[in-house]
Order: sequence, then structure tokens, then C-alpha cells
Amino acid sequence: MTLSISLTVNGVRTDVAIDDPRVTLLDLLRERLHLTGTKKGCDRGQCGACTVLVDGRRINSCLALAVSHDGAEVLTIEGLASGDRLHPVQAAFIDNDGFQCGFCTPGQIMSAIGLIAEAETGDDPERIREAMSGNLCRCGAHVGIIEAVLDARNRLAEDERRTA
Amino acid sequence: MNQFEYLRPASVAEAVAAASEPGAAFLAAGTNLLDLMKLGALRPSRLVDVTRLPELSNVEQLDGGGFRIGALVRNADLAREPAFAAAFPSVAEALLSGASAQLRNAASVGGNLMQHTRCAYFQDPASACNRRDPGTGCDALTGENRSHAVLGWSNACIATHPSDFSVPLVALDAVVEIAGPDGRREMALEDLYPLPDAHRAPESGLRPGEMVVSLRLPPEAASFRAHARYLKLRERTSFAFALVSAAAALRIEDGRILQARLALGAVAARPWRARAAEALLFGAVPSAENFGRAADAALADARPSGDNGFKIELARRVIKRVLLLAADGTPERMPALPASAFNLENGAVAHV
Amino acid sequence: MSDTISPPSTHVRMGSSRGQPLTRRDGLLKVTGTATFAADNNPQGLVHAVVAVSAIARGRVASLDVTAAKAHPGVIEVITPANRPPLAIDPDQKTGLFGFRFEALQNDRVRYAKQPIALVVAETLEAATEGARLLSPTYEAEAARMGFDDGERYDPPAIGIGAPTNFVRGDIAAGHAAAVHSIKTDYRTPAQYHNAMEPHAIVAEWDGDRLTIDSPNQAIVMSRGLFAGYFGIPAENVFLRSPFLGGGFGSKAIMPGPYILAILAARMLGRPVKLVLPRDQMYGPVGHRGATEQTLRLAMDADGHLTALEHHATAQTSSFDEFIEPAANASHNLYASPAIETRQQAVRVDIGTPGPMRAPGEASGSAALECAIDEAALACGLDSLEFRLRNYAETDPASGKPFSAKALRECYSRGAERFGWAGRPLAPRQMRDKAGHLVGWGMGSALFPAPMFMAEARATLRADGTALVETAGADMGQGAWTALAQIAADGLGLDIEQVEFRSGASDLPDGGVAGGSGHTATAGSALYNAGTDAIAKLAELASSDPDSPLFGSGNAGVEARGGRLYHREDETRSQSYAEILSRAGVATLEGTGKGGRDPAQAEARAMFSHGAVFAEVKVDPDLGQMRVTRLVGAFAAGRIVNPRLATSQLYGGMIWGLSFALHEEAIHDRRSGRPLNADLAGYHIPVHADIPAMDAILVDEDDPYVNGLGIKGVGEIGITGTVGAIANAIWHATGVRAHRFPIRIEDLIA
Ligand SMILES: Cc1cc2nc3c(=O)[nH]c(=O)nc-3n(C[C@H](O)[C@H](O)[C@H](O)COP(=O)(O)OP(=O)(O)OC[C@H]3O[C@@H](n4cnc5c(N)ncnc54)[C@H](O)[C@@H]3O)c2cc1C
Ligand code: SF4
Ligand code: FES
Ligand code: FES
Repeated sequence: MTLSISLTVNGVRTDVAIDDPRVTLLDLLRERLHLTGTKKGCDRGQCGACTVLVDGRRINSCLALAVSHDGAEVLTIEGLASGDRLHPVQAAFIDNDGFQCGFCTPGQIMSAIGLIAEAETGDDPERIREAMSGNLCRCGAHVGIIEAVLDARNRLAEDERRTA
Repeated sequence: MNQFEYLRPASVAEAVAAASEPGAAFLAAGTNLLDLMKLGALRPSRLVDVTRLPELSNVEQLDGGGFRIGALVRNADLAREPAFAAAFPSVAEALLSGASAQLRNAASVGGNLMQHTRCAYFQDPASACNRRDPGTGCDALTGENRSHAVLGWSNACIATHPSDFSVPLVALDAVVEIAGPDGRREMALEDLYPLPDAHRAPESGLRPGEMVVSLRLPPEAASFRAHARYLKLRERTSFAFALVSAAAALRIEDGRILQARLALGAVAARPWRARAAEALLFGAVPSAENFGRAADAALADARPSGDNGFKIELARRVIKRVLLLAADGTPERMPALPASAFNLENGAVAHV
Repeated sequence: MSDTISPPSTHVRMGSSRGQPLTRRDGLLKVTGTATFAADNNPQGLVHAVVAVSAIARGRVASLDVTAAKAHPGVIEVITPANRPPLAIDPDQKTGLFGFRFEALQNDRVRYAKQPIALVVAETLEAATEGARLLSPTYEAEAARMGFDDGERYDPPAIGIGAPTNFVRGDIAAGHAAAVHSIKTDYRTPAQYHNAMEPHAIVAEWDGDRLTIDSPNQAIVMSRGLFAGYFGIPAENVFLRSPFLGGGFGSKAIMPGPYILAILAARMLGRPVKLVLPRDQMYGPVGHRGATEQTLRLAMDADGHLTALEHHATAQTSSFDEFIEPAANASHNLYASPAIETRQQAVRVDIGTPGPMRAPGEASGSAALECAIDEAALACGLDSLEFRLRNYAETDPASGKPFSAKALRECYSRGAERFGWAGRPLAPRQMRDKAGHLVGWGMGSALFPAPMFMAEARATLRADGTALVETAGADMGQGAWTALAQIAADGLGLDIEQVEFRSGASDLPDGGVAGGSGHTATAGSALYNAGTDAIAKLAELASSDPDSPLFGSGNAGVEARGGRLYHREDETRSQSYAEILSRAGVATLEGTGKGGRDPAQAEARAMFSHGAVFAEVKVDPDLGQMRVTRLVGAFAAGRIVNPRLATSQLYGGMIWGLSFALHEEAIHDRRSGRPLNADLAGYHIPVHADIPAMDAILVDEDDPYVNGLGIKGVGEIGITGTVGAIANAIWHATGVRAHRFPIRIEDLIA
């Protein structure tokens, strides 16, 4: 049985025929839509490498059944930069050396964007560390990652203050 | 993952009908169900996707001060709901101490309450497990069982229930509202988690086809708001299941405890309500000594199910501490590390 | 701030590129999701392979339900020992120092849990995964041997990668006889798994007898040869691409059986095959850090000088191959003692063969040694730092040779100062924070060898004055793309923007192994030498061109800088590379270089990086929950190519040390031998909330002997010292000395 779902991925509405209801959102992105920026580190919700935003919220795409997300808006790492302008969180990851191997990075960045939207941490590093704890990094780039999130969060807050 | 039939019913009645077939399972966010299906520990032949069911996503304040929470409300949304968090701060704290931000954004209230044990042998289809496959035995009993139950276990099963959320809920006498093939009913949340008997370890108190439609907190549950805490010991500072946890809620007037509520997490197959300890605290002054006595009473029947005797002493200490924290008062703001022993700003005295 | 997709322009540079904190050249690819890791390749016609693994640890597979698997829609092929096509080399044959025996369905034997027992190929990942499960294997199981007491204990012929098993220097008995104080202590370390964030992955495609492989690999050219060997084709027929590794830590330097199976499947089916190991399958066929039991006996005179140092270790290895975690060797080179003895034994258990994992031997050995040193200091009534200073080794204790450079004293003093070590109470349980948590301070010394391997590189000057530099190096997060390019730019006298750096593919000059903290030094030397070789040739052209301002200068008479050659004696005489090439009518000019150690220096001196790590922990006095709140490390590791990258490497190592001390442990069922926490929820590595305030001080060290560039490695040293520092801090907070890792809550609440 083929199920047809419609997703808006990085702003583009896509109708996807799903011939197998077992396909997770992560495998749909990676293996069928060939959006491979989103990574699979554990496939079990334990590492955060697969983090994407669904309807504006960060979730683990490896534990989301694609068919169950009919109609959803999905934002992945590929959809962040506009033209050749990096998203401020992406830029902050480069400036603050927020990665080594880069494998956890798409998930860390998507998670950071979700975190900033949730607006619960303020600029308290302890709260940011807690709120980023669903994203593991085996290389040990934690210091740069948290500095990047803090930096980006402050920059965005500053922008908002200025435009308000 | 095995092949399955995917259904997306339009109403609770349809969902219940669809789930009444043997081998059917409800799919909420799937953060527990899909995980166990990937492991082959659960192999449902039909998934009944309840995520689109109408009216199960509301948080409703009831007349008299109680709350009804739809089964599909997301864990993070509930914790962020200001009126709810103000009325039941220990529930919000427990929610925020569970899993990760991503998982809490997805996970539903019903799925959290109905999540399965984290016993490694349950998750491993090659191991014997009475809870997963009745009658096969329990490999945990003589295996690696450092984190298993110290209360309410039997030789049939020594697993613990992993939910943080449910621990303060059981302390606060929460009720689940259920829809099933025979209509609606409700039960105390505590009864959703049957203890194992000598031979069997049923997974839940629901009958086939029944689903949790909502969770209800009675009005008096909010009367503890000034003195309600959750404390969770774990082996990472965050993103780890509890080794032992406890929820305490006190009503204190004129320096005396008028009412105490206490439940332990990760020590039994259900959130463990410590009624004897609650009774001891009635009318007592909030003091380390009285809390120590309450802790002893709470653990009076505890015994190791394996290599886990240390959990009994640990549970005693967690109770004593969580009572002290509760007596100290609910912090004004959610601590930076919810339910952690490592919060500096909340006025807690670490040494008791 | 860098906010465009053109390379970030924050590169500040004065003079040479080396020493500059450039941002990563691969940063843009990594933050936009466009860095292609192996599993991101999706060639036309791709099929998915999934390995079925064993649920027993010892015995044989009695049956596999191939029919059921094949009946699943989408399943194309099932490979079992019954139909597995032959390989040109038997997987049970040793192929050299890095060659481990592995399982590629050569028979039905099972030697550890999670061993491959079949391969299922299907049109989709979902079908292949379920197909593998449907094989429902049955077994003839034998009792698994999992513990130190279950297996046969023996004296291995060698430990680590070919290191001698035992070592004695001086008279141990005399050392003990002369002692006023002594301690004897034991430590246990568990099996640990590399758990690189990127799972092992391969995409393999055949074209006739030519094979293209996308797979993360720490030793690209060496592996190319191995892959070719198993399939009986010439090495040139294999093209291995590994532009990025999502972490390796040693596990991606060895050949895993599943890769061979995926390549076999691709040949059988004539279609490209993708295989990505699920996380749980990384707890078996891809190596791990073997568990150890260690005993140390230290003897001291009245002044706290060591008179004897004994370190004995037993390490677990598999039933069928050997990698013995060389833990005891950690005691060879750090503390001065007139008598040192190390011994290693091994125990065979039913587990996958261990392998090198970030700081193999040094990590587990240093953990035990640094704790023992603290116990010894306590026995002498001395402060931990003072004791270490009294036993400072001015020459290498093991060989008696001078050190090529050793700035450990400065590491101690700068680290201690930054940390605020002075005034630390000697006795435990003396400090509390305002919330009442016990506070403890501990320290450890860090040491890591500064090896060099062999590498080759090519530098090509192009007509426009820019250059292409090439070596098959591996960037697994250490920043090779950036650091190696910086070195190459210096060799060529070019700005880094003028240098195109190609790496990570097997058709490039052999970049050697990314391991042992020797990659930057080795591949870097090769690149530098290739650059200077090209420049020498360029100088030759200019010098012999009568119309050049550099005519007659000879190649020793010029200096290369900013894309121009300058006359050494007369700066006004100069010419750009482009001009020289164009006048000579040369389109490109190629230089080659090798990296390797000067054998004479290697013979004459002991070469190590050093460091000192200071840790602060907080422990809940009642609940035993622990948290590291501060880590300060000071490291002397020769010349630092890029302080930004080096700091990140050091932090990473220190975080691994934290993880070793408090988190990591693989738990196996003693009866079945199955790992029970083969995931990232049960096998803990630290999360962000566990990472404390960190500080890594780069202590200047000029090492003229280690290599021409003065470069040592920084990738692994951070682990050493840190484990002990944290354990010692826990003791200092609580008064409890845990004798196993990771330290657990129950160790502290008894
Ligand atoms: C890595 C990881 C870490 C975690 N850490 C924690 C932790 O620290 N603390 C904690 O408490 N939890 C933790 N969790 C568990 C998490 O809270 C649960 O997975 C989640 O709450 C389940 O919600 P869901 O909506 O995804 O449920 P699903 O996965 O969809 O369902 C779970 C189960 O409940 C059943 N079900 C769902 N909805 C209903 C309903 N309305 N009526 C009847 N049955 C229903 C399903 O059939 C299934 O059996 C963790 C999970 C992961 C993956
Ligand atoms: S403890 Fe319970 S869940 Fe675990 S193996 Fe035994 S029966 Fe199964
Ligand atoms: S891949 Fe989804 S959390 Fe790890
Ligand atoms: S940068 Fe490698 S895992 Fe985070």
C-alpha cells in the first residue's frame, strides 16, 4: 500500500509517495529525498544528530514516522542559509569553533535554533548546556558549541531589540 | 522493524475499535514505540496513529482548581503551560528532568505515562523476559540488575518504571481517563502500573483496545504548590534516566506539616507511593530528623532484587533530601538543572 | 563575523600561517550540511545492506531462515557462509601490524556477540533491516567467558602494536628495601567503545574489476592496499574516498568484516551497495579499549623520592586475536625512579578483538598511575604537586636518554597558578561550596609519545602563482584540512588562500595514518618538504634565467615569501612565482616531499608531549552524585600550528578523560556475553551539562629535535592526566578512593 503525504521541506512543498509505512522522517530525508545534511548517529533518539525542526520545534527525526507527519513543515540544515548568507547560528559555529569532525554539527545547529526559539535559557550558560544536552558530541567540541549558541543567541536578541 | 498496517482513525471511537484487534498498538509520537520496534522488542502488526485525534491536545483548568490534560499534549508544552506549572511545580520539574528537549517536544502525555521499562533484557529480544513474552522467565533476575527494583518486585520481574512525569503525579493522586471498547472509565494513575505477581508481569492496567484519553489532577493537588519538589539522581548531569528519584509535596501551616505526599521513582514497576511515610509526617514539624524517620518508613519493605542493595540506602537519602527541598519551598523560577542535586540558586541545603 | 558562503575571512595572519588561529577551512561545508560523509553518497541504482549479528558469544550458528528473509518484499540477496564468494585472503590471516583477524562469513563459528553472521541486501533500508531480523538464527552455544577469571591468563608475545611485554630497569628489590613509605594499590578499567558519532559506513561500487569505495578511513592508502588484497586486484584498481570522518579515535584505522561483505555484495549484484552499521553493531566488529586490571607498588624514601615503581597490568583480548592494551607502559617515562618494572599479562575472553582507542594504553595506564601517585604522596604526607616535582624526571626514566624537549615543570606551575592550587588542604573533605556540596581538587600529569610515521606529499606550483598541495590525509575532526594547509602554505611561501589543499582520497600521495597523534607532524613534514622542493626547483629556474633579478643567486640564496622569491642579501631583488614560471615557459612545477623521523635523533633522544591537569569536582555528600566543575590543563607539545584547533583537541582529550573517569563502561551479560548497553543511552558519554568550565594553556616549547617543524601531537595527551586528576579530586572531596572506573555513586555512599 502506498501512502501519499505532503511535506513542506525547507520551504518547498513536496508530495511524497511512501510505499512503506516504516520509513522514518530521517530516512525519508536522507535516503529518499537525498537531503543528507541531517545525520544518523544512533537512530534511537539518544544522540541528537538527526535533529530537525518540525513545525518550528526541534525533534529527533529518527523516532518520527514519516507518514505520521503528513502536512508538516520541516526545516533541515540545508534550508538555513539564504542565498549565500549563513544563518547567524551557522556563522557562530564557525567563529566559535563549535565542532571538530562536524558529524554532530547539523543536529547541534538545528537544536540551537530550536533552543533560541523556545526562549527559556536567557544567556545563562548553565541553562544553555542543560537545554543542549540532547545533542551528544563525541569529539568533545562542547566548549565551542556552547559559546557558539550563546553568541548566536545574544546576537539574535540584540537584533530583535534593535528592530523592536 | 516488522511490517505493519498503518491506520489513522478520525475519532476516539474509531481508534479504540481499530486497536481492539490483537497485535494493534497506539502510536503517539513514537519515541518509545518506534525505538522498541527497531529493537524487535515490540512487534505490533497494526499501528493506530492517534496523533490527529481531535480534542486530546488541550490543557483545561476545571472548576474547583483541578486540571484535565489531553493525552496528546506534548511533554514540553505541558511543562511550559504557565497555569499548570504554577499549580503543579513538581510535575513541571519532573517533566523537564526527563529525556532531552527534542524528545520532550515530541513526546505525548499518554505516551510518557505508557512508556515501557528500560530493562535491558526487556529491550533485547534474545533474552528471556516475562514482561515482554509471558512465561519465558526473567534474565534480569540473575543478570546485570544494578538498576532494578528494590520494592514491589517478584521473581517474575524486577523491572522499574522509567517515567519521571508519573512520579509526582502519583504523589498527587492523579487519575487517568480511559476510553475503551466498553466505553469510558477512569482509574487512579497508580493502578495503570500493576505490580508483578509470582508468575506474571503485566505491562499496564489497560484492557485490550483501551486508550488513555486524558490525565486529571484533582483540585487538592494544587494546594501543595508552595512546597512541591522532584529530585532525580542520575549518572549524567542531564539526559539520563533516574537511578532513584522522588517527588515530595507538603502542606505546611504554622510550622507543622498538615499533609504530606511522597512517591519514589525508579525503584519499582510503578511510581511508589510511600503512604506510611506520609502518615508519619502528619502534624510533624519539618525537620531532618522527622524526614529521616519518614524515609526509613518508606523503605521498610525494600529488599534488593540483585546487585542493587545500594539503591535502598540511596532512596532513603533521596527522600530525606526531597522532603527538605520541599519544606524549603518551591523555587520561584524553574532551576537551571531541573530536579538535579546540583542547583545552587534554589536555596537548598545539600548536606542533611 | 563570517556570514557569507565564501570562505570565512577572519583569517588574521602575520608572516607565517603556522601559529595562527585560523578558523576551519572545512567549516562552511560542515555548518551547511554539505560536507559529504560516506553514508551521504547515494549513487544511481544503490541497494542497502544490513548485517545480521550473533546473539551468542561463543559457539556456532546452527540455522538461518534464509527463505523467510528472502520472502520479505524488497530483499534481493542473503549472503551466508553457504554462498559467500571466495576472498583472495583468508580473513583469519594476519596481514601485518594493523591487520586484525575478522569475520567475513568464512565459517559458522561465533567468537563474540554482535559478530556478523549474514548479510542481507535489499532495495530499501527498511527491507534489509527486517530481512536481517527474519533470519531468526538458531545456535549451538557454548558458555561465554567474559570475566578476568573466566579466561585463560597468559603472557602475550607483545602488547599494543608490537611493543615489548615486560620491562625492568634498576633493582626493584633494592628499591623496596630502601623505602620508608610504600603503597600497593589496584585499579580496574572497563571495556570502552570508540563510539565515533559517525557510524562505520561504506558505499561500494564496482566497474569491471575496478572498485570505488566511500568510507571513513584513518589510513587511506594503506587501506586501499588491504581492500585490493582481499579482492585479488591491484591496489591501483581501488579508489577509496574519505574526505571527512565523523570521528575515528582508532576505530577507523582497522579493517572491519562488514566492509568486506558490502563490497562482496556489490560485486555479486553488480550494483552499488551502502552499508551503515547500526550503533549496536559498533560494539563488536570494530574494536574497543580492552578492560584492564592493574596493580601498582610504589616505594619512597623519607623525602618522598621514588625508590621503586612497579606497574603490572592484565588486559582482556579476544579468543582469536590480540591487542593488549599496553597500560603498564604508562609508568615508563614520567616519574624518576631508580627502579622501574612493568609487566603485562592477557586474558582471552569471548569479545571482539580490542584495538587502539584514543591514547591506547596511556589512557588506562595513566588513570591508574596518577591515582597511585596521589596515594603515594599521601603516604609521604606531601602535596600532590610537590610529590610530582620531587620525582620529576630530568631524563627519560626508561631509557636514560635526554628528552628532545620537556617543559613539564612549566606546565605544572602555569596550570597550578591558573587553577589556584596553592593552599589546597592536604586532607580530604575539607572544602564545601555554599550549597553544602563537597568540593575536591585533584591533579594528574599528562604524557604522550611524539611519534612520526611515514607520509608523502606533492606540491604543484601553477602558472598563476597559486599552488595545489596533495596528500591522502584524513580529517577526522582534528582539523587536518586547516592545519596541514597552513604548514603547506609556509613550505611554499604562499598565503593560505593561494593554496588549494587536496586530501582524503587514495589517488593522492600516501598521507600515512591519522593516529598516534602523529598525523600533523608526519603529513605536515611531507607537505612542507614538498613545498620547499617545489620552491627549490623554482629558484633553480630563476637563478639560471639571465633576465631574472635573481639570476645567479642559487637556490640557497633565495627566500620564498608571499608568492615571491627574494634574494637573501638584497631584498630589492625579487620576482613573483607566476613571472618565473611564465618566463621559463613552465605551466606547472611539481615538488615532492616525505615526512618521517630522522633515525639518528630518534636514537639519541626521548620524545614526548607533556602536560599537567587540574580538576575541581563537586560531590553531593549524601547522594554521591558527582560533577566536574573546573578543568585546567597546561600542555607543552612542541610548536602549535593552530592554537584554535589545538585547544579544541586538548579540550576533547580532557573531556574523554572526564568520560573515562565518570561515565564510560560497556556492560556485558556474563552468561550470554551480549553487550547490554550497546547504545548511547546506556553507554554514557558526557552531555553538555557535564562539561565544566575548561581551560587549556598552551605552553611554548621549542623542540629542535622532534622534526624540522618542531611539531608534536595534541590529539590524545588530554586524556592522560585528566582521568587521574578527576579521581584524585573525588577522593579529595569525599575521602573515598574508588579503585575502579568509572567511579559510581555507590562507591561514594557506602
Ligand atoms: C533517549 C531517551 C531518553 C529518555 N529519557 C527519559 C527520561 O529521562 N525520563 C522519562 O520519563 N522518559 C524518558 N524517555 C522516554 C520518553 O519520555 C518517552 O519515550 C515518551 O514520553 C513517550 O511518548 P510518545 O508520545 O513518544 O509515546 P509512543 O512512543 O508513541 O508510545 C509509547 C507507548 O505508549 C502507548 N501509548 C501511546 N499513547 C497512548 C495512549 N493515549 N493510550 C494508551 N497507550 C498509549 C504506545 O502504544 C506505546 O506502547 C526517554 C526516551 C528516549 C528515547
Ligand atoms: S526484569 Fe522484568 S522486564 Fe526485565 S527481563 Fe525480567 S521480566 Fe523482563
Ligand atoms: S540519530 Fe536520532 S537521536 Fe541519534
Ligand atoms: S564534532 Fe565530532 S561529534 Fe561533535
